[in-house]
Amino acid sequence: MLSREQVLHVARLARLELTEDEQRRMSEELSDVLDHIETIGELGDLADVEPTSHVIAVENALRADEPRPSLAAEIALASAPDVDMGGFRVPSPGPAPA
Amino acid sequence: MSDALSLTAAEAAARVRAGDLDPAELWHGYRERAAADDLNSYTWVAANGGPPAVDREAPLGGVPLAVKDLFCTEGVPSQAGSRILEGYRPPYTATAVARLTGAGAPLLGKTNQDEFAMGSSTENSAYGPTLNPWDRSRVPGGSSGGSAAAVAAGRAPWAIGTDTGGSIRQPAALCGIVGLKPTYGAVSRYGMIAFASSLDQAGPLTRDVTDAGLLFGAMAGQDPCDSTSVGLPAPVELPSRTDLRGVRLGVPEELTGEGIEPGVLASFRETLDRARELGAVVESCRLPHAPYGISAYYLIAPAEASSNLARYDGVRYGFRAEGVDDLLRMYTETREQGFGTEVKRRIMLGTYALSSGYYDAYYGRAQKVRTLISRDFHAAWERFDFIATPTSPGVAFELGAKTADPLAMYLNDYCTVPMPLAGIPAISIPSGLSEGLPVGFQLAGPAFSENGLLDAAYALERSIGFRDAPWRTAA
Repeated sequence: MLSREQVLHVARLARLELTEDEQRRMSEELSDVLDHIETIGELGDLADVEPTSHVIAVENALRADEPRPSLAAEIALASAPDVDMGGFRVPSPGPAPA
Repeated sequence: MSDALSLTAAEAAARVRAGDLDPAELWHGYRERAAADDLNSYTWVAANGGPPAVDREAPLGGVPLAVKDLFCTEGVPSQAGSRILEGYRPPYTATAVARLTGAGAPLLGKTNQDEFAMGSSTENSAYGPTLNPWDRSRVPGGSSGGSAAAVAAGRAPWAIGTDTGGSIRQPAALCGIVGLKPTYGAVSRYGMIAFASSLDQAGPLTRDVTDAGLLFGAMAGQDPCDSTSVGLPAPVELPSRTDLRGVRLGVPEELTGEGIEPGVLASFRETLDRARELGAVVESCRLPHAPYGISAYYLIAPAEASSNLARYDGVRYGFRAEGVDDLLRMYTETREQGFGTEVKRRIMLGTYALSSGYYDAYYGRAQKVRTLISRDFHAAWERFDFIATPTSPGVAFELGAKTADPLAMYLNDYCTVPMPLAGIPAISIPSGLSEGLPVGFQLAGPAFSENGLLDAAYALERSIGFRDAPWRTAA
């Protein structure tokens, strides 16, 4: 069972602000899902099994290090919610640490 | 008019190339149907202007294409079914889409999907659910439900989608059409809005197997913009085989027993009998770790998603929460308001699986289970050419039936998750009806066995003679 404290901790890591109702539901629903997921515990000791992170054998894909045109600044900024002086504008991160 | 629209895409393309059909007729006919679509299959339809200039000699013959919303299309809304990308019009086009439009398939519309491809019913779209054309009280499957419904209803000649744990094959099965998930790396992921990068793969949803081969051949290939894409060992060939002599089919006990609806199993067994009649050797086999696929998948995919979706912070594009004057709260409020429930659930699950103290027991262990599942398939290829299973454990379910129970929803993917975990290709074809709803038959093969898979599926398709799909009689 995932406790309310664990849910809040994970939400903070994931930059999610959950409502009270969501916190309660996440705790119940994720616990159900984790109960099922934990059937992989039945497989016992897997110390000798290599993990798979990528399924197809590909060597490093390299290309020539040549400059190429990239998106123009005004195009890159065109979808932003708030733009100022050729950059993305965001709210203040708060007062500078003393 | 409706005559041209009842052709398969490959037939229509052939007629255009032969000079017997005006591609403008296809364009106007399909555009009209897409614009009038009442299944909510589309989130955007091309404007009612003149048809795009089409080279009549082009391989895809001007046959218009429906594209899942999560493919970036320059200047055209690409929202991945999410409110957090509402109104987003990307400055570039996904390689897969660029290749297909370049090969002569103009963009007809963008199709509805579960938010960020997380779901098996298309009910998780911020733009409302898509309805199944066979029965509007039921889901079309997901996450590529809009593409599947549009093709099944005759409102698109063909479509593309993406498959991470079954998102092409399961909606194809539930809508009575063909869906192909290619080998990982066969199609570039550049410009696909990412869900789980080690699993995501684009592929076709089509009226028949030949259309799937034609579309796959035009979208596949190495791309300098996707370092995980690879060139195919052989060119894609259109299927032509009419028998299955010498083909060995393995039927895994683990994916063909408990949990599969009786009507689905009956159709599956009937199709195996057809395979035998066509000359195939059909034998039972074991994939001992396949039942752990759901567990491994629902750790690996959410873990990758939690990382991929960290980019949605309200700074560079998409939605930003209003009236927040603190940076950190702007991030959290934007994500709280912009993401739907299932996406939050998966981000939470993935973040938990990667968090300090749990990483080894969850994410690390899931990657090892992934290895075991791959090994099972490798062992099977020593005896068999292909593995056969039902695509989905059940037929299309009622809207709302599983939304309150995430685990029940996840179990829809039982027969489809082992393949992407192993990176191998699989195809779903309609094998018949159960309670009046379509059933999907799945064939999976070794990496890069698409030509053989298409051939085997084609031989079965001819033998099954599935004639009930709504697109055949759509007006």
